[in-house]
Amino acid sequence: MTGIVLVSHSGLIVQGLAELLKEIAKDVPLTTAGGLETGDIGTTFDRIEAAVNANPADTLYVFYDLGSAKMNCEMVQETADKTIYLSGAAMIEGAFVAATLISAGAEQSVIDGQLKPLHVK
Amino acid sequence: MDLTLARQWMDAFFEDLKAHKDYLSELDNPIGDGDHGINMARGATAAQEALTQSPPETLNGLFKTIAMSLLSKVGGASGPLYGSVFLAFAKASLDQDTLDDKTLSQLFMDGKDALMNRGKATKGEKTMVDVWIPFSERFNQDPLTKEDVDAMVLATKPLKATKGRAAYLGDRSIGHIDPGSMSSGYLFKTFLNVRDHS
Repeated sequence: MTGIVLVSHSGLIVQGLAELLKEIAKDVPLTTAGGLETGDIGTTFDRIEAAVNANPADTLYVFYDLGSAKMNCEMVQETADKTIYLSGAAMIEGAFVAATLISAGAEQSVIDGQLKPLHVK
Repeated sequence: MDLTLARQWMDAFFEDLKAHKDYLSELDNPIGDGDHGINMARGATAAQEALTQSPPETLNGLFKTIAMSLLSKVGGASGPLYGSVFLAFAKASLDQDTLDDKTLSQLFMDGKDALMNRGKATKGEKTMVDVWIPFSERFNQDPLTKEDVDAMVLATKPLKATKGRAAYLGDRSIGHIDPGSMSSGYLFKTFLNVRDHS
């Protein structure tokens, strides 16, 4: 099963994007890590790892917003047991494309091909 | 340097981070998002709490506990960066009771490499790497002093940032000290202080 993890410095950003994705792909396993546990802005390894573990899928597309989120995502990717594709696609567009295609049962090569032109980082 | 001294070093570093919290954030204001001091102080407090709660019995345990605390609490780019540094320290001190000069040299080299790998940064981009490279390379050659470290930190001022958030500012980043280099300077200076007074 393939799922999606959203990582942002802001809890509100992942909350809003998750709502958007649920409109088009209810069946795609989706978990989020937004902001710090204190409610402050930022990302941490722990919260991303928790979102990866909480996702019922064993293959995950991870979308993130800015620089430090990427480094924390990479550390989780290196230590996680799941297969993680860390996408450099623009977060909203990338997650939207992935959710649509996963929901439609598309193959990984198709998803990757559609994500490629959306890469911004 | 044994576990007791290493613990003193780390405590001195954390106290420095907390004491200079506002100054570090101030440095971060013009070229970053102004939270380096707050983030590092939060990490320092968390690391000290973790060390008090379950005091590590090995050097490896000390550095690992610190790495995990910083990774889980810092929140900014310095979380994964310093987290990777201390994970490298933990690895280099595995099965060691004391850190001799050779191991210490390895420790700083590995820390520098971990930093460069994690941040995909190289020399001259106005990042922490610009103090880690000279410190780790000169560690074995010169008897480094606190003034040397200050000079390394100050040398980031004229650099133009091409990595990290400061890079968005281009030429406007020139003339400001890199905040991550300043906090790394605290790590090196507290090290020299503990070593020279033991």
